[in-house]
Amino acid sequence: MSLRTPLGKVLGSGSAGEGTTHWWVQRVTAIALIPLTLWFAVSILRKPLQSHEAMSGWLGHPWVAVFTILLAITLAWHSWLGVQVVIEDYVHAKGAKTGLLLLSTFVHFAAAVAAVFAVVILAVS
Amino acid sequence: MSQRPLSPHLGVYKFTYTMSLSILHRVTGVATTVGFVTFAWWLMALASGPEAYAAAMRCLSSPLAKLLLVGFTFSFVYHFCNGIRHLVWDTGRGLERAQARRSGALVIVAAVLLTALVVWLGCAALASGAP
Repeated sequence: MSLRTPLGKVLGSGSAGEGTTHWWVQRVTAIALIPLTLWFAVSILRKPLQSHEAMSGWLGHPWVAVFTILLAITLAWHSWLGVQVVIEDYVHAKGAKTGLLLLSTFVHFAAAVAAVFAVVILAVS
Repeated sequence: MSQRPLSPHLGVYKFTYTMSLSILHRVTGVATTVGFVTFAWWLMALASGPEAYAAAMRCLSSPLAKLLLVGFTFSFVYHFCNGIRHLVWDTGRGLERAQARRSGALVIVAAVLLTALVVWLGCAALASGAP
């Protein structure tokens, strides 16, 4: 049982009922992505990219795998929220808007799962 | 109902160069999304074994793919730099017109220089380790 009044529950939440959550998660993921992307870029740019052995060995290292998975999930989440806002702002036809939002959700989840799965495979093989 | 003005109704404002930086933030964000999907595909190729990885790297070595990679690099770097500008704004700082114009110019210069640096290092990384 909640002690909050019905009015108190809805004030400031807007019509979607989620308040500032979308805005806030976009900032949290943005801040997390600063060190994650910097680390990944600085690391991978010093690797011999053509060598399967060197690249799979590097990404399979436990800590590298953990931070690459964090990077993939955070990037997918931030991107999902951002693309959602872009679609909502510029696509006004209801059918096209709903279709694109669904497509964006599916693509982001598929890419995130593929990235995580690939890193797990590299880490355990 | 359908006649209501919908955001962002940008036609009512006089154009300033900071507006193009703002729309570029969205464009580069969407381009980075395509880059992320490419990254996931590259990771899957790496996990699929040496043959699949060699095929993926051949695919990424074509002139068109290289052009796209440079585009992804600039998109990511610009979105990164301008994103930090947005995070500073979220703390209530740097919102004066002159400050926003100055930080915008700084973001453009930083993005171009960092893109050049990453492309230079990336070319060396792409050329090394061939089996």
